[in-house]
Amino acid sequence: MAGEVKTKLSKNLLRMKFMQRGLDSQTKKQLDEEEKKIISDEHWYLDLPDLKEKESYIIEERSFMPCEDLLYGRMSFKGFNPEIEKLMVQINSKSKKEEIEEDDKMEADVSDEEMARRYETLVGTIGKKFLKKRDQRVLHDEDEEENSNTRPKKARKMFLKPQD
Amino acid sequence: SPLTACTRCRLQYVPVKGDHVIGIVTGKVGDVFRLDVGGSEQASLSYLAFEGATKRNRPNVQVGDLIYGQFLVANKDMEPEMVCIDSSGRASGMGVIGQDGFLFKVSLGLIRKLLAPKCEIIQELSQLYPFELVLGMNGRIWVKAKTVQQTLIIVNILEACEYMTAEQRKQALAKLSGN
Repeated sequence: MAGEVKTKLSKNLLRMKFMQRGLDSQTKKQLDEEEKKIISDEHWYLDLPDLKEKESYIIEERSFMPCEDLLYGRMSFKGFNPEIEKLMVQINSKSKKEEIEEDDKMEADVSDEEMARRYETLVGTIGKKFLKKRDQRVLHDEDEEENSNTRPKKARKMFLKPQD
Repeated sequence: SPLTACTRCRLQYVPVKGDHVIGIVTGKVGDVFRLDVGGSEQASLSYLAFEGATKRNRPNVQVGDLIYGQFLVANKDMEPEMVCIDSSGRASGMGVIGQDGFLFKVSLGLIRKLLAPKCEIIQELSQLYPFELVLGMNGRIWVKAKTVQQTLIIVNILEACEYMTAEQRKQALAKLSGN
């Protein structure tokens, strides 16, 4: 019923803000595109081929700070202003950290392969820890079954949907 | 790609976004301080642009105070705006520069020399005696040491660095360390 009412309203009315609040994003996009089409048709443009913008290798940087790696302007020496000296240590360690990241990877104590091996087994052991008791029992049973094939597998109790 | 820098030699400072400068408070207009930063225009500084500042908790800033801050807005079309907090809202050494001390002007080139990493002048001065130093990219330097005499010695050395050779400077400092 509401759909019939919509087709009777004029397009200008539909374009008003209070009518668009109820619309979903798709119809809004369609309306926007239609408006853009109308506008772009009216605009005059030069019928020339598109000129390709030359790639510029020049970056404009107005500040000297990054060009010359300037330090922070507030300094204190020999403990005159302890807060500032703390700040200096902080700022210098920050810039040092950036340097280390840029440098090659630090030598790892443990090789990648060993790390992968350890992680594989680790996932299993941690996973077992979080299994519910029932599942743990089944796991335990499976392990035992591998050793002795005689033990019958206990049926896992699952939720049975009540029949109507 | 290799980075080459092309710089313009200027005498007067031109505000640049991100630069840290020393400004002098010249007045208050409503909620905004006006600062002289040595440029062609005065800069504005909102009272909320200080660490922990709220409408009720206003920073204690008087006319004539020295402020160390950075430019948030600086272009040829707009009046420069300064703030005394960094992007995470911390003061990080910015704000009102304390009482006493001495403010003087040097050339922009010398400031860049002094702020260069491993600057020999700064390293040599730091061996003399305890003192505090603020270097503004606008060519302003503020020094404070325990006594007036110590403060003025540092001021004179920094001013003389404009034309002294490294040798002359080392000689002058050697004489002072003898004191």
